[in-house]
Amino acid sequence: MKSDKKKTSEIGKVEKALNLKPEESLEVFSKEKQEEFASTQEKYKDVAQKFQHIDKSNYKEYVFHKSPKSSHFKNMFWAFLVGGLICVLGQAFVELFLYLGMPKPDAFVLASSVLVALAAIFTGFGIYDLLGRFAGAGSTVPITGFSNAIVAPALEFRCEGMIYGLGAKMFLVAGPVIVNGVAISVVIALITLLFTGGGG
Amino acid sequence: MELLWSFGKAFIVGGAICMIGQIIIDITHLTNGRILVIFLIAGAILQAFNLYQPLIDWAGAGASVPISGFGSALVTGAVEAAKAEGVVGAFTGGLKATATGITTAVVFGYLVAIIFKPRTKPI
Repeated sequence: MKSDKKKTSEIGKVEKALNLKPEESLEVFSKEKQEEFASTQEKYKDVAQKFQHIDKSNYKEYVFHKSPKSSHFKNMFWAFLVGGLICVLGQAFVELFLYLGMPKPDAFVLASSVLVALAAIFTGFGIYDLLGRFAGAGSTVPITGFSNAIVAPALEFRCEGMIYGLGAKMFLVAGPVIVNGVAISVVIALITLLFTGGGG
Repeated sequence: MELLWSFGKAFIVGGAICMIGQIIIDITHLTNGRILVIFLIAGAILQAFNLYQPLIDWAGAGASVPISGFGSALVTGAVEAAKAEGVVGAFTGGLKATATGITTAVVFGYLVAIIFKPRTKPI
């Protein structure tokens, strides 16, 4: 850490020197400083050479190779654990509502709604986004992720106004989900009608 | 004991669905929105062939809580209403069945956005 700091300060010196005109640099720097500059230049010669082949075209590729690889198995484990636990919480609410004498379909719908409400509140506290950092799909795929996708942009874009900020950005991710879901459900229902010929 | 096993089933199936999502993310680097839509459509299509409801019957919330359960609920609602009311039902059934979830999300989203202050995401 300390050596990093030293390096940045040295790089800063070099940059400063490069920005000056040659005759200025002669004036500004004493001989000692000039020697130091030359030695610094020498020192980082190989570093400069190392990064010579990187330009705009292959920078993305370079970053992709250099960025830390998170282990797939670790990701899968956390996704399984968190996703599974969210579903267990849902099941707990289902069992509770069944115990209270609710009909089965209602119990499932209400349990999902409770999870949605809980996720909205946790998003407000900033806890859900923390969870998402290591749980990945474990926090995205359950219905709580859908709730988070509605609440997080609503919170973030409130400053842009209640209509075009909060109101519009709320459906940034949920919009495509609902649009696709409704469209496909209507298509499937109409096809089913064609094949079975329902009443009505 | 039966209660515990129902939790176990929910954990296994819910965890497995989320793990499949994580594998897709790791391989394809898709964004969260796309993952949600893919799982929603997958659930809807599975339900169209009546394959998702058995999973919900077995695993309970393990299958209904993931977003694929939302897709299957849309299709179940639309198909059942279509069978009962005809074409109009096909258009109203899906949203009717999922209205509770969507409305809860919108109302709580609104409340949370008003009550809480946006926080900068930790890096």
